[in-house]
Amino acid sequence: MPTATKSAAKDTPSAKLSDATLTQWLRDMVLIREFELRTMAAYQQAKIGGFCHIYIGQEAVAVGTIQAINKDDPIVTAYRDHGHALARGMDPGACMAEMYGKATGCAKGKGGSMHMFDKPNWLFGGHGIVGAQTPLGAGLAFAARYEWEVLKKSLDGGKAKKKVALCYLGDGALNQGALHEAMNLAGILSTPVIYIVENNGYSMGTSIERGTTMADKLYKKAEAYGIEHRTIDGMSVTQLYDEFKPFVDILRDEQRPGFVDIKTYRYQGHSMSDPQKYRTKEEVEQFKERDGISSLAHHLMNERECLSEDEFKAMQKEVREEVMAAVKFAEESPEPDPATELYSDVYANPQPNLSPMRDYTQGQKNPLL
Amino acid sequence: MTTTFATPKPDFSRTPSRNGDRVIQFREALREAMSEEMRKDERVFLMGEEVAYYNGAYKVSQGMLEEFGDKRIIDTPISESGFAGMAIGAAMYGLRPIVEFMSWSFSLVAADPILNNAPKMLYMSGGQWGCPIVFRGNDGAGGQLGSTHSWCVEALFSNVPGLKMAIPSNPYDAKGLLKTAILDDDPVFFLESERMLGDKGHVPEEEYYIPFGQAHHMREGSDCTLISWGRPVHFCAEAAEELSGDGIECDVLDMRTVRPLDIDSVIASLKKTNRIVIVDQSWPFGGVSSEVMAQICEKGFDWLDHPPVRVNTEDVPTPYSKNLEQAYLPNKSKIVAAVRKVVSG
Repeated sequence: MPTATKSAAKDTPSAKLSDATLTQWLRDMVLIREFELRTMAAYQQAKIGGFCHIYIGQEAVAVGTIQAINKDDPIVTAYRDHGHALARGMDPGACMAEMYGKATGCAKGKGGSMHMFDKPNWLFGGHGIVGAQTPLGAGLAFAARYEWEVLKKSLDGGKAKKKVALCYLGDGALNQGALHEAMNLAGILSTPVIYIVENNGYSMGTSIERGTTMADKLYKKAEAYGIEHRTIDGMSVTQLYDEFKPFVDILRDEQRPGFVDIKTYRYQGHSMSDPQKYRTKEEVEQFKERDGISSLAHHLMNERECLSEDEFKAMQKEVREEVMAAVKFAEESPEPDPATELYSDVYANPQPNLSPMRDYTQGQKNPLL
Repeated sequence: MTTTFATPKPDFSRTPSRNGDRVIQFREALREAMSEEMRKDERVFLMGEEVAYYNGAYKVSQGMLEEFGDKRIIDTPISESGFAGMAIGAAMYGLRPIVEFMSWSFSLVAADPILNNAPKMLYMSGGQWGCPIVFRGNDGAGGQLGSTHSWCVEALFSNVPGLKMAIPSNPYDAKGLLKTAILDDDPVFFLESERMLGDKGHVPEEEYYIPFGQAHHMREGSDCTLISWGRPVHFCAEAAEELSGDGIECDVLDMRTVRPLDIDSVIASLKKTNRIVIVDQSWPFGGVSSEVMAQICEKGFDWLDHPPVRVNTEDVPTPYSKNLEQAYLPNKSKIVAAVRKVVSG
């Protein structure tokens, strides 16, 4: 019934979004992809050190979920965090410079790829230990609810409002105890945290079926804690938004937790050092056929007819230039000065005799603040 | 009209007398510290197992639920990793949590949040987010609690940069230090002792704060410096009294905080006595006493007339049997023997 489908489609949240908004989302997704391609190149040139986890393939998840919340809703994520940082609005230069270990990075070169923090954009970090961010997410939601319910005004003195916290995790984190404690606490205390499982099917090289019970019914994990849930396809950003946005709105209004299993796929290995022997090329290709960027571009070009092929190409070119500028910025930025930066930002309130080595100091102001 | 929340600096100018007749228990001093700060700042809340409806497993928070309600005195399920991590998230957001561990022994299952998150957050965010939080609870042997429930975490946890650690020995210091801890912008690990919660002492009515990193000079003496923190401070006082009867006068320091460590007062005392005994309730290997000895060797070697001597708990898991546990812990006679050794050498 084509007519019914068409009218139903018009009622969806994404159908009500303007062409300009969706075109911006496309640009956000292209930015993440281009940024990650440059990240991989820089890593291969040994400009970036440590562990580095690439977000390519999952762009629709970060963009679709972050666009469904408010600018001042807190979010926290794991170590595959560049996409969330960019989707939240972090300056690509600060993000790249952090991976280069430069003083202009979002954490002044003290965090690295796995620790993207952006206070003005309410990003409470990428966190390196699997599952460690899940109690933090419950805590952000607890605090936001406390602000609204107990303080009755915001911490900066403004009007109190109902918030939600987004807490991202990979499917590998489903088996960490921290998540289960956090979900129970969120359930008991009714904290408005939304656990977003970016289910890319693998925890490193272990497929979800090999490491997780009820792999095709992950929502049962949430049911065990009395938490309402959704299972959503994460390859199409509009479809994701259509299902996620109403869910967020309910949870915000009723101030309680949620759980979302978003099926997605990472095209690259777990980290930069992954030979990917555990999966087939065909499997990767199957997901690439449903690529989030291609499908949104197709929608805008052929269904909404608001974007031409040339305009899309121009957008990609512009984004590439923006990313190259971020790389140039990172390349040319100074390294942190050990004289001021090694022993600063350890204590907010440094005092004598905290260390036998030397006194701690206040560091240079963070470039994002 | 907007008022933003701000944390005042603790006022260290008021130093009311330690002597008086307003005698309360150690647990009441802790409660007063928390309640006073909670009345002044709505961002401060208390969270932990049994803190609310049970009135505290050790009655530290007795009556606080009634005054502050269950949105600020919050019972948690038995999930140390979960609620410690949750409180850290709340602290990052801008609240000022106090987390009670029924025992620091139970904090080991929360090692990742309390060691990997709280003390490192400011650094790994490049100065964007600190973690103003107090973790507090019972540390050390209770009384025949056996190996898993008798942890002294000071050695293990004080190793981590980014945290501060206070270990009071009496009600007066407990109150003043805890009030300072709550106002501090860094994570503070506050170690109490089940064996001392019923101890009584004068706690003045007047409000006061005690700065971190300043030892309390308990007793003057010129023959040997005797330092400790937490419960064994009392054993040091007993030992000093006994030794005084034999004409050996100890200079006794209660360190009160171990990070920061008031090494300056230790060296100043050493310059007077040239001998030192360090009493530490935790294990010796890589512990706080080892750290103190290392700093003494770095900063006061020329003033030593005898190698420093330490009295720790014995280097074994905590035994259950009453006599074995007594043999395991530091006590007056072990301290007296140690002092006699350094003054005769």
